[in-house]
Amino acid sequence: MDQEGHRNDTGALSGDLAHIRTLMERSSRFISLSGLSGVFAGVMALGGARLAQYHVARAIGSPDDGVTYDLARTGVFQLDELSITLLVDAIMVLVLALLGAFWFTWRRSRHTGQRLWDPSARRLAWNLLIPLAAGGLTCLALLYHGLPGLVAPATLVFYGLALLNASKYTLDEIRWLALSELALGVVACFWVGAGLLFWALGFGVLHIVYGGLMWMRHERGKA
Amino acid sequence: MIGGLHKAFESRVRLGIMAVLTVNDHVEHGTLRDLLEVTDGNLASHIAALVEVKYVQVRKRFVGKRPNTSYKATAAGTRAFTEHLGAMEELLKRDLRR
Repeated sequence: MDQEGHRNDTGALSGDLAHIRTLMERSSRFISLSGLSGVFAGVMALGGARLAQYHVARAIGSPDDGVTYDLARTGVFQLDELSITLLVDAIMVLVLALLGAFWFTWRRSRHTGQRLWDPSARRLAWNLLIPLAAGGLTCLALLYHGLPGLVAPATLVFYGLALLNASKYTLDEIRWLALSELALGVVACFWVGAGLLFWALGFGVLHIVYGGLMWMRHERGKA
Repeated sequence: MIGGLHKAFESRVRLGIMAVLTVNDHVEHGTLRDLLEVTDGNLASHIAALVEVKYVQVRKRFVGKRPNTSYKATAAGTRAFTEHLGAMEELLKRDLRR
């Protein structure tokens, strides 16, 4: 064969093994996910939560009541002015976070040499989106039945489950992020009044912490 | 020759093919070609050699109107590749100790 002559050469051998390891990793996992997209999403979420708190406090009249708003509202869901403001706020955070994730991951994929939309990315996206879509619809049902207090905990729990499912196809840190979101979501179910606070912790602080960790471990000095 | 090294894997492309196929279910021809950075013909001839020794299975079917070829490692292929990897690591350890 072509490489017969230096088969036993240590350099060639360790080169082959490194090549094999890279191929196994690259073909089965989406490794281009950038930690910076997590940090960016976290900052957007914190900003969105602060804005929501401001609007709620203004609507209710007491600045301290901002985080206990959900508990005060029971009964049939009404699309009042405040609900619309909060919905627009949430959608803006989501869109900005997704745009950021796309941009940072696209930048990262040029360094890892992995195509942005390869089979591993598709697998990651589907495994994330299916539980997430089911969770989104469940949250709409909670709103519809007049249980807005459970929406924040439910988004955290479903997001955690979706991440746990997707973590098999990407970097290991996602698994820890998933478990943290799940724990936080379950705890939040018992502090229904503090929905906004838990939401800010889960989507804001946890994203920044794990995103920063991923960046330090995989990207710092390489990008 | 050390035990566990398989003659069928004496090429970087074949090692690459087996590396990708052992950690994935079915892999399409185009995906494998891009991952390994080889030409269609080159990949096809290495695949043929691996099919010959029954380490790889070929699945040809139509997705809509387009033919779609994908490959899968057989149980024997996965076992042989794992043995081969172990033998390579053993060799490397021996070389480093010298």
